[in-house]
Amino acid sequence: MAFDYTPYLRMSKMPHLWCPGCGIGIVVKSMIRAIDRMGWDKNDIAVVSGIGCTSRAPGYLDMNTLHTTHGRSISFATGIKLVRPEKHVIVIAGDGDMTAIGGNHFIHACRRNIDITCIIVNNNIYGMTGGQYSPTTPRGAKAATAPWGNMDASFNLTDLAIGAGATYVARGQVGNGTQMERFIRDGLSHHGFSVIETLANCHTQYGRRNKLPDPMQLIKDIQEHSVSKSKAEKMNPEEMEGKLIIGELYKNTQRPEFCDEYEKLCQRVQELTKKVEAPV
Amino acid sequence: MSQVVFWTGNEVTAEAGIAAGCRFFGGYPITPSSEIAAVMAKRLPMENGIFIQMEDEIAAMGACIGAAMAGAKSMTATSGPGFSLKQEHIGFACMVEAPCVIVNVQRGGPSTGLPTHPAQSDLMQARWGTHGDHAIIALAPAYLRELYLEIIRAFNLSEKFRLPVIVLIDEILGHMSECFEVPEPHEYTIFNRVKTDKSPEEYNPYEVSDGELVPPMANYFEGYRFHATGLNHDKTGFPTTDQVLCQTDEVRKHEKIAQNRAEIDSWEEIMLDDAEVLVIAFGSTARGAQTAVEEVRKDGIRAGLFRPITVWPFPEERVRELAQGKKAVIVAEMNLGQMILEVERVAHSDVKIVGCQKIGGIPIEPYEIVAKIREVG
Ligand SMILES: Cc1ncc(C[n+]2csc(CCOP(=O)(O)OP(=O)(O)O)c2C)c(N)n1
Ligand code: SF4
Repeated sequence: MAFDYTPYLRMSKMPHLWCPGCGIGIVVKSMIRAIDRMGWDKNDIAVVSGIGCTSRAPGYLDMNTLHTTHGRSISFATGIKLVRPEKHVIVIAGDGDMTAIGGNHFIHACRRNIDITCIIVNNNIYGMTGGQYSPTTPRGAKAATAPWGNMDASFNLTDLAIGAGATYVARGQVGNGTQMERFIRDGLSHHGFSVIETLANCHTQYGRRNKLPDPMQLIKDIQEHSVSKSKAEKMNPEEMEGKLIIGELYKNTQRPEFCDEYEKLCQRVQELTKKVEAPV
Repeated sequence: MSQVVFWTGNEVTAEAGIAAGCRFFGGYPITPSSEIAAVMAKRLPMENGIFIQMEDEIAAMGACIGAAMAGAKSMTATSGPGFSLKQEHIGFACMVEAPCVIVNVQRGGPSTGLPTHPAQSDLMQARWGTHGDHAIIALAPAYLRELYLEIIRAFNLSEKFRLPVIVLIDEILGHMSECFEVPEPHEYTIFNRVKTDKSPEEYNPYEVSDGELVPPMANYFEGYRFHATGLNHDKTGFPTTDQVLCQTDEVRKHEKIAQNRAEIDSWEEIMLDDAEVLVIAFGSTARGAQTAVEEVRKDGIRAGLFRPITVWPFPEERVRELAQGKKAVIVAEMNLGQMILEVERVAHSDVKIVGCQKIGGIPIEPYEIVAKIREVG
């Protein structure tokens, strides 16, 4: 039987604003299936986003949702999580949102290892504002603000997340929704800061400028630039040039989680400062 | 027996926050506000509250709003450049109507300016710092016991009217110590946000009943699963570009303040009954202004002091009444002329209004105000 997404969606908000064929839909559907597998109550989930096409997702999700400012979703999510550490907090953001303007918040959330799941939709471009280059636009690709080809180097987001201290890091791509769902589910069940980068198509703003205007063409191109972990191990650096590894890339269950540590701190402080009753 | 303390203004701020029910502080170090964060870091874990030092002031403000949406009373404190950074999220708090308190221990500026010296040059920024037509409340106490009570009042107003409330002090008040009796709980009231009594099916996060202006709140994770956004939205919380709905909602947010002035306004009047010269000053400058007024009275010059405690909304009507028929109005402030713009706006055009302004990090001394009064009196 086909999976029924409607219990998780605010159907009254449909149709959504995404372009037909946009990769964000695949990511959101994978996320919903992953949440369903977790068996969580919708009332216990907060989904926080910034600004961008991707960041419109919370509006369609029947959960506690907060559509914040460009790049800064993680700061709001941190406040929410700290106040209600027993609840589930998910952040969803575009590549520009999370790694340009929000880059600093992102690396510090990784460093804190706070139990939030961060899903980044990497479509290599600023979709919502009309196709300007982002920190993940490949060198040479065209963008509204790179009409002669992008001269900037691009970030490898999973390396960035691992380097900054995230304790679950995976990369999926829209050509394989089942696999993406598994990474998101593993991220949700991981106790710590988890990052799931999802390579997605923005054929409207990225594809059209780079001779890949059709969603399927662009998805195929993404797949051609993706290699599995096992395959990547057998490839040399030249062969890996321009390719991204798909898979679970890092997992560490030993590093302390921020909310747990804060709880311990409170207990320690309260023990230390406990007023000793004066003898009568 | 009440507790007698000798606290700095920054310590007062933190302790008063805790007394008001603040259980979340998001901070980022900056002189001269840093001690507020330091006291919160020490004290909040004792109260099961949360202290977190974020990666910058924007994040600190964001975390406070997130905490507020999840049900906590939250506060942040900053100075100078940090206040500039908070502006984006102050606007967000206005838009989603999240209660929170922002303390700005003012220092000299612009830019890095004078980190260790006082100023009052963020008065206009407190009102207009974030973009868009937003409504805001700002309080500017002048004494440390008053600061304690104003911090509590800031929390109460933020919870009652669902908006960010700014407390403007300065380096002098933040770092000076004063001996006072800590107000006892029976000396103040604590107001907690009004929660919705509707069922989740009936609930709209920005719906108000007839004659009401403040939508009752639901916190996250209480079964209401509502949406909040920085985009203009209708009563359901979802984005709209309908001009009428956008304007109606923004006007309502202004009306929350406009229609509750009696509760929000606060000022002190000193020797104004027979005054011919009206001195207007707020915050630490008002302390010297009071000395100046007392001084010139010894020589028979009838001067009086008006000290706004709530600076935003500005006490327009009272200033207009008081300014009428005065020989002159002197506005003393540690900036190059900000409150004077408000006084000029509201006073009758035939009243002479002069500024007593000083920047550069040294407070305005009483003799400087005395000299101004003698000039016009
Ligand atoms: C402070 C601020 N700067 C700039 C913008 C304009 N802006 C809106 S969305 C966006 C980028 C969107 O790109 P991305 O984050 O990659 O998300 P996508 O739309 O591709 O999902 C920008 C720059 C903004 N809203 N706020
Ligand atoms: S502009 Fe790009 S990212 Fe935005 S909805 Fe269209 S395809 Fe998707």
